[in-house]
Order: sequence, then C-alpha cells, then structure tokens
Amino acid sequence: MSKTTDQPDQDRRAFIGKAAGALAAATLAPGVFLHVTADAAYRQEPVTSKVRWGMLIDTQRCANGCTACVDACNHENGMDLLVKPEGLSDDMWDQQIPRWIRKVKVQDRATGVAANLPMLCQHCEYPPCVDVCPTGASFRRADGIVMVDRHTCIGCRYCMMACPYKARSFIHEVVEHKPTIAPRGRGCVESCNFCVQRRDSGGTTTACQDACDREGHKAIVFGDLNDPASDLWQALRKHPSRQIRADLRLNTGVRYSGV
Amino acid sequence: MKKTYFSEWRIESPRYWSILALLAAVVAIGGLAALYMEHEGHWVTGMTNQVVWGTPHVFAIFLIVAASGALNVASIGSVFEKKIYKPLAPLSGLLAIALLVGGLLVLVLDLGRPERLIVAMTTYNFKSIFAWNIFLYTGFMAIVAVYLWLMMEHKMNPYSKPAGLLAFVWRLALTTGTGSIFGFLVARDAYDTALLAPMFIIMSFSYGLAIYLLVLLFTFNLEGRPLGEAVVRRLKNLLGVFVAAVLFFTLIYHLTYLYMTGKHELEAFVLLHGGIYTQVFWVGEVLIGGLLPLAILYHPALGRERGWIAGACAAVIIGGFSKLYVIVIGGQAFPIQMFPGMKVLESGFYDGLVAPYAPSLPEVLLGLGGIGVALAATLVGIRVLRFLPQSLADEVVDPQAA
Amino acid sequence: MHGCVLSKGLWAVLVLAGAAALVRPALAGHGQEEAWRKGNSKAAGLQHCVMPTEWMRRHHMELIKRERTLTVHEGIRKERYSLAGCVNCHVQYDAAHKPIAINSEGQFCDVCHEYAGASLDCFQCHARVPTPETDYGAHAEKGE
Repeated sequence: MSKTTDQPDQDRRAFIGKAAGALAAATLAPGVFLHVTADAAYRQEPVTSKVRWGMLIDTQRCANGCTACVDACNHENGMDLLVKPEGLSDDMWDQQIPRWIRKVKVQDRATGVAANLPMLCQHCEYPPCVDVCPTGASFRRADGIVMVDRHTCIGCRYCMMACPYKARSFIHEVVEHKPTIAPRGRGCVESCNFCVQRRDSGGTTTACQDACDREGHKAIVFGDLNDPASDLWQALRKHPSRQIRADLRLNTGVRYSGV
Repeated sequence: MKKTYFSEWRIESPRYWSILALLAAVVAIGGLAALYMEHEGHWVTGMTNQVVWGTPHVFAIFLIVAASGALNVASIGSVFEKKIYKPLAPLSGLLAIALLVGGLLVLVLDLGRPERLIVAMTTYNFKSIFAWNIFLYTGFMAIVAVYLWLMMEHKMNPYSKPAGLLAFVWRLALTTGTGSIFGFLVARDAYDTALLAPMFIIMSFSYGLAIYLLVLLFTFNLEGRPLGEAVVRRLKNLLGVFVAAVLFFTLIYHLTYLYMTGKHELEAFVLLHGGIYTQVFWVGEVLIGGLLPLAILYHPALGRERGWIAGACAAVIIGGFSKLYVIVIGGQAFPIQMFPGMKVLESGFYDGLVAPYAPSLPEVLLGLGGIGVALAATLVGIRVLRFLPQSLADEVVDPQAA
Repeated sequence: MHGCVLSKGLWAVLVLAGAAALVRPALAGHGQEEAWRKGNSKAAGLQHCVMPTEWMRRHHMELIKRERTLTVHEGIRKERYSLAGCVNCHVQYDAAHKPIAINSEGQFCDVCHEYAGASLDCFQCHARVPTPETDYGAHAEKGE
C-alpha cells in the first residue's frame, strides 16, 4: 500500500513507543532484580576534597616485634595469595614481593632512645610519585588518597625511584589468585591506598588500624584530617607529631608522634 | 670550497654479511630475552622493589646519552662552521638516530607492560620529565632525519644550517631531559642535584664522540678509505677535552658532597666501602674512563697511533658504562635516608641497608641487543646510502691545514 | 547495456559481502553461545543483562572503560555496570559448585573473544571468580 500523504504515521509511532517502553522495561527489570541487594553505603557521587584521609601513628605505643598491621594489610589486600615462582630464590622473592606497610625500628644515635613504627605510603599532598608518572597513572584522588590507576600504568617504575619512603611495589610475576577488592597483575606498580575499597563502601577504618586495635596497642589512628569531630583531628591536636622527611615539604597525610 | 663526494661503504660482501649476521644474532637473542622477561615477569631479572632500574637502564641511558653526543660532530660543522667537520656530518646524524633507536628499544622492552606503549604515547602527565622525553626523543629522530636530508640533497644545502642549529638546541634539551630524570628526584641522596643535567650533557659529548671516532676508524680502515691525520688529530684532541670535562664535573659533584656533612654517608659509600660500586667508580669511571684515555690521547707518541686511539675510545665507553652503573644502580643501592641522625635497628624491608643487586642474564642480553640494533642500523645505513665521504685524506679535507 | 548489468551484479555481491562482514561479529560463536546458555550461570537464564545483549556485544568495552574511570578516580564502586557485577552474574559453576574462571576456555568471555581474535587482559589483574565483598572468598579459592 503506497503512502499518499506526507503526514507521520501515528499508528506506527504509537507502536514504536510501546515497543521501546517494553524493551526498556525488559532491560531494566532484570537489572533491578539483580541489583536490588546493592548496598546503600556504597558511594553514589564522585569523591570530593571535602575529606582528606590521614593517619597518626604513635610510635611509643607501637609494640616491639609486633607485625599485626602488616599481616592484616597482607590479608585484606590479597598479598598473602601470592605464590613464589618456581626457580626463584627465597632471598630474591623477599626483595620482590609487594609490601604496602612494613615495620621499622629506629634508634637515636646520640641518646640511644629507640622507637618502633610502621612505614607505609605517606599520601603526600605534593607526591613526587605523581609528579614523575609519564602517563598520569600515579595520581592523587580528590580525597587525598595517592594511588595507581593500573589501567594506565606502563610499569616504568619511575614512581618507585621517586618515592622518598620506598612505599611502592612492582609486581614481578604473573598473579593467579586475585581478590575482587584489590586487583593485581604482572607489570604494574601499587602501594597502600588507605583500604580504598572500605573508603568507598562506607567503612571508617583501615585494616592496619583494626589489627592494631585488636592487639590492644591502638598506635594507629586513621581518619579525616578535615573533620574537627574525628578522632584523628583531636589526637593530632593533643600530641606533637611530625612528618617523616618534613624538609621535603610534601605535606604528608601520615604523621608520627614520639620519634 | 671543494665539493665532497660521498659513497656507499663497499667492503667485500661476505665480510659485510657476516658482520651483519653476527649483529642480527645479538639482536635476536636480545629480543628473546625481552620476550622471556615480558612473559614471565620481572622476577627473572635481578631488579627488585629496591633496585628498580637495573642493567637494561644502564645500557639504554648510555645509548641515549651517546646518541645526542654523536650529533655533535655534525653540529660543529653546521652550527660552528668548522669546514673540516662538514664531510663528517652525515655519519654523525645517522649514528645519532641509530644509537637513540637502540637505547629506546631497550627502555621500552624493559617496561612492566610494553604492550602499553600506545598508552604512553597518547596519555601524558606533563609534569613528568619522562613525558617530555617522549617528545624530545621522537622529535630528535624526526629533526635529525630532516637535517640529514637537507645535508645530502644538494639543492637544500643552504637550509642545513638552520636545521643544524635546531638539532643542536634540541639535543641539548634532550640530554638535559635525560639528566633531569635523576636530577629532579628528591628521594635519593645521589640524585636531587641540578648538576646532573649539565653533567649528562658533557657525558654525551664524550661518549658520543668516542663512539663516532671508533666507528669512523673501523669503517674507513676496513674498506681502505683514506683517513688523514688532520681529521683524526682534531677528533681525538676534542675527545680528550670532553673526557677531561667529564672528570671535572665528577670532581665537582663529589667535592661538593664531601663538603656537606649530610652527604658524608653517601660519599663514604661511593668512594670507600660501597664494594662493587666503589671498585666500578675508581677503576671503571675514573681510571679506565678518565685518566687512561687522557694519558693515551695526549701522549706524544701513543696519541698518533690509530690503534691506541681506538683503545682510548673503547676505554671512554667502558668508563661511560661504569659511570652510569654507579649513578643508576649505586644510587638506588644506597639506602634512602629517612631518619637522619638515627640508626635503623630492624626493618621489614631492608631500610638502612645497602640494597643487593646483581645483573642477570636476561638484562644483559637485552642491553646487548640494543647495541646490536644501533650498530646494525649504522652499518646498513652506510652500506645502502651515501653517508661516508670518499676521502678524508689531509689534502682533501683542508688543504690549508697545518 | 550488458556491461551495466554485470557491474550491478558485482556491486550487489560486494555490498552483500560487506554487510555480511559487518553482521558476522554479531553472530559470533552462535553455536557455542547456545551451549553456554544451557549452563548454570545466573545470566544464562536471563534474556538481557544490564543492557540489551546486542548493545552489550558491540559496546561493552566502552562501558568497561567508563566504569573504570568512575571507580578508580571517583570512587564509585558498587554499580550496575561494575566488572565484579559482570563476573558474579556470568560465571558458571562446576559439579562441585566451585566457580569456573570466567575467562577460561569455553566460558563466557572466551565464547566470543576466541572467535573475534581479540585478546583479553582484564583478568590478568581482576578476579576471575566472584568473591564476597570481604574477599575472604579469594583465600578460599586458593585453598587457604
């Protein structure tokens, strides 16, 4: 049947409209069904700089020989799933495994006074690792977390050269077992991200802080540097603290007291 | 001015092809090493989370630094208008491109994810000197290629001077960028100094010229092309000046750090008890790379013997590798000074301790592969194109030369 | 006249071949897809996932790229288009009710990607099986 008028075919339009509606419903319905259990605590809006995450470490409470924070971080972020490649010596494996946090014990040469402390990514305000990354994979998130976008990382390790705290790790081997919350693969660089998966799902603590609290030492206080109501803010104003390598003027997010 | 005639390098075919076959084998083995590293991951190398840049980077940085220096000979002809250098210019440009390609190949193949090179070439953080270097390196290759064309195309010769000037300035920027890779870092005691950029420029003058002179002597000698004393004397004297200049920069670097109390631990490490790094510094960098070539090049008798001059060039090259080994690897092996005035008693990650490192076979093979690419590209270039002047005999290059 | 008819025929063949080449990827792995649909993943029983199937086939990479920026740079994670969501729904289970790695042979990704010849490197880093949010599931997968 040939059209003799140039008016739009209203019946046709109505049909297409209904079909589109049905298609949309058919599309959305399963989605709604699958994700009805989505957790409301997960962030829906992009992060802003209203929050700046930071940490205060009380080195006098940090216990001699304790590695609870290290073990907890390794477990939370899947480092304990890594397997030494066959043929690699234990010594080299120890040099090549990723470490987001480590324990250090230092002693003042003049007075002999010793202190224990965990060393991790300091989440600087002016991170040298971010400055030197050629692709911008190493970046500082709006809320102060310094991390690596491993989709863009080419594995050049320049950020590792640049970090004054030796905080970054390179993945030297093919990774078999990876947690959903902490993807990890051969050839990219990573470092402590303040348990970012918790930051984005409504969590208020980090794994290291939880472990230290569980052990009863309570040496790690994590929180929002910008929030006067936070434990961190109040702790920082109660005790003198300093940044490690403060002369570099990086304005780190992690501060230490008692050392 | 007499016109210079250029011709292809015409050594006997069997000899040429066997040299090329040898180089091809070196390149192939280097390629296999790179594949192995990429497939298995860097656990097969000696690089760790403490010494993150190793032997491949020593090779790569040497080649890149030498590349910009190799162009010097052409620049002296075009920019500074020393006529005797003009016939030497095409080889200089070719060598510059070939060395740069070899160095970049090694660098790219050592990346944790070399398949993401396309990401590196499309996504930039312009605060990073690495990002700038990508433009400086690729731009250098393009500019030198155009410069070469302007030199070889007789009609375009008048334009070769501005191109030469651009190439000269560009290679200074390139070497500044390479030195600044280290000079911009605040983290490590051995870096973090503005001296590194000009020092790398002087190093490039020295290593680039040593390689140039060696290639010139080798190619002319093998083919029996006339190479007179005027050219050789000038080049070897110039090399002596550059070697002395590198020694001077090294002296200033260490003297300054010896003056600063805060750097005493670093100096003690490099100069006294750093083990392999101390040995490489004194024997490789200072003795073989500095004092020995100076003694040979300025010796009244030895400085006239081509064999000894070639030996001096080789010594300079060994010195170059040594210097970069101390800078790149020694600089990482020395512990980061996070707690000045304090002693580290225990650490979960070797704080306060000298980081161990030993070059592994895949790393060395990859580095050698880069050298193979550079040499092969040069030899193919001079065989196929007319880059070598037919004669560099004294009467030809500068009839007025004393 | 004769030449005109022949060239028209040639054009028709070329146009049809071109159209077929364009349409073929959409029919990729059709037989394997049918086999997979009989599997026991959550998605097997559904007509559409979060977007219509044909749209997904062509545009899932754009979606993934957009998602990764949202997640990594803006911190928006548990979204209808998250990669973890894809894995949760599309993974199949073996007889012992253990999840089979989603990018292994014959599984969801491989069915089309093997045919298309486009290699997949997402799962060099991302988890290939669903793991609960606390991710102690990853430890269970390893056998700890």
